[in-house]
Amino acid sequence: MAEARDYRAIGTRPVRPDGVDKVTGRANFGADMNLPNMIHGKVLRSPHAHARIKRVDGSRALEMPGVYAVISGADFPSGAEGEISGEGGGTVSDLAMNIMARDKALYHGHAVAAVAAKTAFLAETALELIDVEYEVLPPVLDVDVAMEPGATLVNENQRTRGNESAGPSNIAAVTKFERGDPEAGFAAADVVVERDYRVPTAHQGYIEPHACTASLDEQGRATVWCCTQGHFDVRSMTAGVLGKSVGEIKVIPSEIGGGFGGKTVIYLEPLAVKLSELTGRPVKMVMSREEVFRATGPTSASHCKIKVGAKRDGTITAATAWLAYEAGAYPGAPVGPGCMSVFAPYDLENFRIEGFDVLVNKPKAAAYRAPGAPQSMHAMESAMDELARGIGMDPIDLRLENCADEGTQAPYGPVYPPIGIRKCLEAAKVHTNYTTPKAEGTGRGIAAGFWFNIGMQSSAEVRLSEDGTVTVMEGSPDIGGSRASMCLMAAETLGVPYDVVRAHVGDTESTGFCNVTGGSRTTFATGLAVVQACEDIIAECKQRAAATWDVDADQVDWTEGEAIPKPGVNIDVQPLSLADIAGSMGRTGGPILGRASLNAQGAGAGFSVNFADVNVDQETGKVDILSFTAIQDAGTAIHPSYVEGQMQGGAVQGLGWALNEEYIYDDNGVMENAGFLDYRVPVASDMPMIDTQIIEVPNPSHPYGVRGVGETPIVAPLAVTSNAVSDALGFRISDLPLSPPRVLAAIDAHEED
Amino acid sequence: MSKVHVVTSVNGEPREMLCEPQQSLLEVLRDELGMTGTKEGCATGDCGACSVMIDGRLVCSCLMLGVEAEGVDITTIEGIAEGSTLHPVQRKFLEHAALQCGICTPGFIVATKALLDRNPDPDERTIRYWLAGNLCRCTGYDKIVRAVQDAAAELAHEA
Ligand code: FES
Ligand code: FES
Repeated sequence: MAEARDYRAIGTRPVRPDGVDKVTGRANFGADMNLPNMIHGKVLRSPHAHARIKRVDGSRALEMPGVYAVISGADFPSGAEGEISGEGGGTVSDLAMNIMARDKALYHGHAVAAVAAKTAFLAETALELIDVEYEVLPPVLDVDVAMEPGATLVNENQRTRGNESAGPSNIAAVTKFERGDPEAGFAAADVVVERDYRVPTAHQGYIEPHACTASLDEQGRATVWCCTQGHFDVRSMTAGVLGKSVGEIKVIPSEIGGGFGGKTVIYLEPLAVKLSELTGRPVKMVMSREEVFRATGPTSASHCKIKVGAKRDGTITAATAWLAYEAGAYPGAPVGPGCMSVFAPYDLENFRIEGFDVLVNKPKAAAYRAPGAPQSMHAMESAMDELARGIGMDPIDLRLENCADEGTQAPYGPVYPPIGIRKCLEAAKVHTNYTTPKAEGTGRGIAAGFWFNIGMQSSAEVRLSEDGTVTVMEGSPDIGGSRASMCLMAAETLGVPYDVVRAHVGDTESTGFCNVTGGSRTTFATGLAVVQACEDIIAECKQRAAATWDVDADQVDWTEGEAIPKPGVNIDVQPLSLADIAGSMGRTGGPILGRASLNAQGAGAGFSVNFADVNVDQETGKVDILSFTAIQDAGTAIHPSYVEGQMQGGAVQGLGWALNEEYIYDDNGVMENAGFLDYRVPVASDMPMIDTQIIEVPNPSHPYGVRGVGETPIVAPLAVTSNAVSDALGFRISDLPLSPPRVLAAIDAHEED
Repeated sequence: MSKVHVVTSVNGEPREMLCEPQQSLLEVLRDELGMTGTKEGCATGDCGACSVMIDGRLVCSCLMLGVEAEGVDITTIEGIAEGSTLHPVQRKFLEHAALQCGICTPGFIVATKALLDRNPDPDERTIRYWLAGNLCRCTGYDKIVRAVQDAAAELAHEA
């Protein structure tokens, strides 16, 4: 089992290997690819949120000089089969429909045709000449309305999984977890809190729009360059949509300008390949920001009901959660993980959790950082705050009273191995930001956060150069400094300085399979593969040293980057360093490389506790975050600066969602704020410094104790904000975002009461 | 549509370019001159990824037409380092881990240089307001602000 211990490389803060290219403008991102003879593709999108597509006619566009091809749903094979691997999930068939509508457009912005032309400007102009005949249908735009019997159906063939005989429904799936007797638990409670909470649709908001370039050669082999969280998944999804085999497609990942889950799926790649096939030229497609908002990845809006009861001493006697999430136009809202995380920090005897995956005429939800957890935990952690008030207990004490520990059976099934929630709560309690009284007139809120973290498949190859430098080749796109983490773990394992190791992200043909960078899995699972590949190198180096010294390999030890004879092995030799062995490898048996491939098990759950002080302007309803403290169990922080960065970035994304971010729709299902001016993400002047404290409860399933840290940070800030604003106002606003108009309206309504 | 011949200077070097009348300076830099260090995040002036300096003034290159660049001095991210030596702002961004994905970084570095050129000793509030036109979705701004503070301190020390 991994224990907190002293490391030489791990825990240091070196400059990342890809850093210089990223501060000089040299790094190539998705839209930076250019090829000779390249032309440009653009997508025509539905102006209706729900409409039957009667006819698509590209002939007028094709007459325009410089226009090479027009495609629509009819150009793609029907009946694609199979499930999508990775974080988002869903079927290939739904994915194919989402990428290019067939009979029906299911949301405003749904792709209905695409064109390839000499320049992006020409392609854009040609879109206006594509004729589409629609029969406009009424849209269903709200999760509660969509669940009502007799509601307009997004998809006439959709039935509820497991209850198909009940006939068509917008409810695609129902998830349930139950333990004990909640009703008896509520009867035994001294205080019960029951409330509804709504969280709006939010977008991942990565600054880089989706982009790809595809080129199909004369043998039908496609090469795709794109910004993605997982190029192996792009390969299989593109193959699935086009009816090709994965062997016919090579995907080369560019640097990626943010994803947060939204780049685990595809939108453009099959269109670009198809247009390249029709024109015989490389085709580049880059989305506009407006397209990113209208047609890609938002996360689900939700309606959650929480009921929780406790004794006066703080013991929770029962809790129930009813969670309805909007899936968008196709099934796959992250309500499953929402259900699994809602009570995760607590040891509960009696609970019931029900979740509903509900279709509406909005873009198909994609994964967004801890998919599903912010919505449900906003509800539960807000209810916990009210419960603490109801029984007159400090909100940290209430959580400590019911805290899950090693050995607790998680509400979603497994028994927890060592986890850090108690340590995070204890750290919060003595943190100076918490022990310092809040300023007069301000509000303070606290909440817990959680994410499972995942393992999945990874591969790595480590190669020695003849000067002893080390090349790590792996397949996890680097979104936030993961190359640096890989180098640190390789340096630690091999016992060499960080500077001699270089990590590279290989394409689908130059490195072994890796699932997406997502689920906070990269440092854990790909890191594990890198460590094992380094151990492979060490084994080989020991062999070479043993052969040189004419002893058995088991008589050789590897410490501090050198082969030395084992204690008690009596030979008079000098240690052989990694560089020594690399320098002579041509004579001692040839090149040295190590490799590992795995399907990682035992990802360690990540818990956090966050708190903030806020000021609410009673005149305008504006909420200012005065201070924010994020405490999180990282297992082991490989590169603490990037761990802090994840905590700070996640906190600010959560605060953005809590304070301002929301999709605003008109009655026809048209998003009215599809740009960064009106969909307002936090800017530097909105935020204070984000204080961080990393807790390290090592994950026993990783040699260095890594848990994964990327997703947990976004979860707690939603309830933190609600709780702090409620504290400042003296009454609760249960729905998000706490934007000035909503807060002001609530203040006015409260004064009237 | 016939193209317009524009004579300008990019990072101190005279450049000639052919611009379509509707092309933004950002498009001309990226697509005609092949200088892809300047990024597009929105094309509507809201994200700052496309920040360049025009005659020393910070500008969103997506909001300016290429044809408007006649006779001006353009500084892009590719012109911030001095030869093969990183500018202190670039170095401090690296040392403070002020980038995660890095797509916003060119814009932030150009904007920071423009700030420090005119105000070598900005306080935190000034930094945050100056950089409010640059969106970063990854970092939460904390490490960016610290990198700017540290770069300012180093530049002040050198001066
Ligand atoms: S691309 Fe110019 S401001 Fe966003
Ligand atoms: S580092 Fe990703 S947007 Fe700033």
